[in-house]
Amino acid sequence: MNLPIREQSGVLIVEVGGRIDHSIAEEFTRALEPLLANCRQGQAPVLLDFSGVIYISSAGLRVLMMASRQAKAQQGSFAIAALTPLVQEVFTISRFNLIVPCYASVDAACKVLGK
Amino acid sequence: MKQVVFWGTRGSLPTAMTSHDIREKIVSALVTANGRSFRNRAAIDEFVDSLPFAVSSTFGGNSSCVEIVADCPEHIICDMGSGARPLGQAKIARFGVPNPQTYHIFVSHLHWDHLMGFPFFTPMYIPGNRIVIHGCHAQLEEAIRLQMRAPCFPVDYSQAGAKIEFDLMTPGKPHFICGLNVTPKLQLHAGDSYGYRFDSVDKSVVYSTDSEHKLDDIESFDEFIRFFDKADLVIFDAMYSLAEAASVKSDWGHSSNVVGVELCQAAAAKKLALFHHEPIHDDKQLSRLFAETRRLEQITRGERAPLEIVSAYDGLIVEL
Repeated sequence: MNLPIREQSGVLIVEVGGRIDHSIAEEFTRALEPLLANCRQGQAPVLLDFSGVIYISSAGLRVLMMASRQAKAQQGSFAIAALTPLVQEVFTISRFNLIVPCYASVDAACKVLGK
Repeated sequence: MKQVVFWGTRGSLPTAMTSHDIREKIVSALVTANGRSFRNRAAIDEFVDSLPFAVSSTFGGNSSCVEIVADCPEHIICDMGSGARPLGQAKIARFGVPNPQTYHIFVSHLHWDHLMGFPFFTPMYIPGNRIVIHGCHAQLEEAIRLQMRAPCFPVDYSQAGAKIEFDLMTPGKPHFICGLNVTPKLQLHAGDSYGYRFDSVDKSVVYSTDSEHKLDDIESFDEFIRFFDKADLVIFDAMYSLAEAASVKSDWGHSSNVVGVELCQAAAAKKLALFHHEPIHDDKQLSRLFAETRRLEQITRGERAPLEIVSAYDGLIVEL
């Protein structure tokens, strides 16, 4: 799974796209692993740019929850931004908006998380 | 199979509405009426029917008990929660005494909320009736007897007038009962629980409650897709939100509306009944969850045929 990375205001922006369903959840986990390993106190916050995600299943949501937990345990910052309206609805219905930090846009997230 | 009748739909603990809840419903109805007058009862009924379900009705509070009406004279029941009391009363009212009946009861598991209605199931006290209790737990008979033993209950199990039999079923194997193939399936729940798939010649119903689905267990996910395959109705444990089930209430043995939709969509099931409602949810919250679940199905449907969603309530009849 290819996750293009860029930096903005000291935040590591990770572009995620397509469908995040059961068939890809494990691959998604593996792709996030090296990024999360460095998501620690004093290191750059990790922000997933979800503007290209068109669908996320329960398995995909679990990957985000585990990532968020790991970052929190390492005292790092992990968040998601720019959810499309339909994906935003899935977050709301599943209540994952309450357990994974979400921002309306990458810029809005960088204002809070960045330098 | 013709119908499924929901006699108890609440999870974990029977739940009564409070006077506050009823007052709020009356106030909401009066606010909506806005001073209008009604010329007769029919006009009142028409107005009440126009109100939101959470105002005009209630999901009810009896714990799990579901009846499957099949094309045979015998009765098929899933679980003996507190909904078994009104079910038993309805059977007595319909068939009278003496008029021997046979009841097949399929027990998902032995937790209290799924057995507590049995001592209040009046047909068990009437000689001539036959009750066959089907299940997969080795302690099935002991658990039924235990709750009717002093000091738990004033009437001992030995006082049962009906002939009571126990049938220990084998998970994964179809059993031919009442003209139906009944297949139990092991589910993830403390002390194990079992779902049941009922197949007639032309209809299929799945009763799957008290079942946790681990989101990273793809193999189990695939097993349940096969278990639900093309079912006309899947009765599904949707007690928690997905976030709760995956985090703070992980390992509590229950599932969510989101996983119910995903499994039913993948299985090409026709109808999903949200079931085993959280006791702390009032009618407004359950109505909101119902609306959200329908919306979730809509936005994730893709090219698939629509999956009809219902939220089970005490008294709901689903025609198959």
